[in-house]
Amino acid sequence: MFGFLLRRIAVLIPTFIGVSVIAFAFIRLLPGDPVALLSGERVMSPERHAEISAHLGLDRPIVIQYFDYLGGVLTGDFGTSIVSKSPILDQFLALFPATVELSLCAIIIAIVLGIPAGVIAAIKRGSFFDQSVMGVALVGYSMPIFWWGLLLMILFSGMLQWTPVSGRISLMFFFPPVTGFMLIDSLLSGQKGAFASALSHLALPSIVLATIPLAVIARQTRSAMLEVLSEDYIRTARAKGLSPLRVVGLHALRNAMIPVITTIGLQIGVMLAGAILTETIFSWPGIGKWMVDSVFRRDYPVIQGGLLLIAGIIMVVNLIVDLLYGLINPRIRH
Amino acid sequence: MADTATTQPVSTAALRRQMLAEFWFYFSENRGAVIGLFVFLALVLIAIFAPLVAPHSPFEQYRDATLLPPSWLEGGNTSFLLGTDPVGRDILSRLIYGAQYSLFIGVFVTTLSLSTGILVGLIAGYYRGWIDTVIMRLMDIILAFPSLLLALVLVAILGPSLTNGMIAIALTLQPHFVRLTRAAVMTEKTRDYVTAARLAGAGPIRLMFRTILPNCMAPLIVQATLSFSNAILDAAALGFLGMGAQPPAPEWGTMLAEAREFILRAWWVVTFPGLAILITVLAINLMGDGLRDALDPKLKRS
Repeated sequence: MFGFLLRRIAVLIPTFIGVSVIAFAFIRLLPGDPVALLSGERVMSPERHAEISAHLGLDRPIVIQYFDYLGGVLTGDFGTSIVSKSPILDQFLALFPATVELSLCAIIIAIVLGIPAGVIAAIKRGSFFDQSVMGVALVGYSMPIFWWGLLLMILFSGMLQWTPVSGRISLMFFFPPVTGFMLIDSLLSGQKGAFASALSHLALPSIVLATIPLAVIARQTRSAMLEVLSEDYIRTARAKGLSPLRVVGLHALRNAMIPVITTIGLQIGVMLAGAILTETIFSWPGIGKWMVDSVFRRDYPVIQGGLLLIAGIIMVVNLIVDLLYGLINPRIRH
Repeated sequence: MADTATTQPVSTAALRRQMLAEFWFYFSENRGAVIGLFVFLALVLIAIFAPLVAPHSPFEQYRDATLLPPSWLEGGNTSFLLGTDPVGRDILSRLIYGAQYSLFIGVFVTTLSLSTGILVGLIAGYYRGWIDTVIMRLMDIILAFPSLLLALVLVAILGPSLTNGMIAIALTLQPHFVRLTRAAVMTEKTRDYVTAARLAGAGPIRLMFRTILPNCMAPLIVQATLSFSNAILDAAALGFLGMGAQPPAPEWGTMLAEAREFILRAWWVVTFPGLAILITVLAINLMGDGLRDALDPKLKRS
């Protein structure tokens, strides 16, 4: 297992270097003067230009600049935002819990609904339930989620007035962030109604973000179950007279879960892309909205840092999924 | 199996016809796939004949008829079947012209990512060695970014426009084709017919494109349909974020972006463009499922 871990990490290193080269090259690929882009100052005297250039290290050879950048990144220095003048890592860390909270809720919804739906559809293959679940899953899989979010907003916020339109919690409540998760913080604050407010803000965005992973997980669970249910050992288990629940729950589900876990892991990247849209629609203050806002504000250092941080997170999550996979399925360790 | 051996046609034309018949047999077994195909064909016809089908120009602003509801609702006007948008343009006409955008985006992006992906994948799988390592690492790097984020950033570099958006989306979809082609080439390359062709004196180009590639097409076609629908979704998402097709283009995502502030007042300006995206993508995905069943029995979703 340890060798497997080392091999996996070794593969990541060149990818990480490549990703950092792309993030580094990104600002230099932009049309215009990188000094102006990185400092955010449009008009400046030649002296000021030289000063900033020297301050940012842009007057040195490009290879040195890259290693400088990489050194900074490895010690947690991702540069400074042009707009807010604050360190990018601080901004990221302040906003990241919001995205994690949203994504976690979404993936929980997707797993809790998707796996049982897929399992039942597989057991009752060809039934009305199977056909409707698969039909709904295909619609969910084809859904433009930005539109889906707007529709839910029209229905639940506009017509029924059940949920708020944007943000994480009503402006009436204020308490210092402890964990960064609004659901937990609102409980800890002890303020009446705070938790309900946080929950009602979270409901629509997490449903929207859960839609595609839910569809994918339901489809994948069904096909994995169908495959496992046709195996000889399932027939043996049935022939032994085990109860259907035991056959499905213990024998089939455990083996069918192996590809499903990979699918769930792969959804992390999908979720982060979905978070860009979901957070924009619901004004959810997470990293997805942060990236979109930065693109609009032309805050290039933030785009650069955010790109690298998000890619890094996806790589780490994929590594964890790989390791989990190796743990539950010893066959692939080699 | 025995009787297929005896009735095996000799000429390639007959063989091709038999393959096509077999393909249609499996494809038409899937009812959803056939429905998807017909919806898709209807969309293609609508896109081609948009100037004839559309009741109004997609850009004409009827200033005295802004935000009209669909014709079946109170206050609706029969000449604006699906209502009008905030500046008085006919929504139905804009949707009809929007079909041109979406289908063009799908064709362009899929062609670009498929052709470059096949080329790169063939090279990686055929030559192996360091060139393969470099290519696959590059693909890993592209896959490390969420596709929409990468497209968004690329558009931020290149400038917001539909062309740049399509190039960016093609780049993010391409690694899937590279991986599929490479994997298929690696298994096919060791087969006897490839060795035979090489011994007969076929050069690497002929081996790659004429001998090996046709036998790797099935998964690539399935992936191409997936890419087609993904391209439409991603381009609409970019348009929605203001980073794809620019107003006043009647692109469906861009239409949604323009309508966003009116959602609580006029549901129809938001509902119909999204519905158009959903129907198109759904039709293509239904077709994709049927194609997968028909082309690749191994991938068959029992």
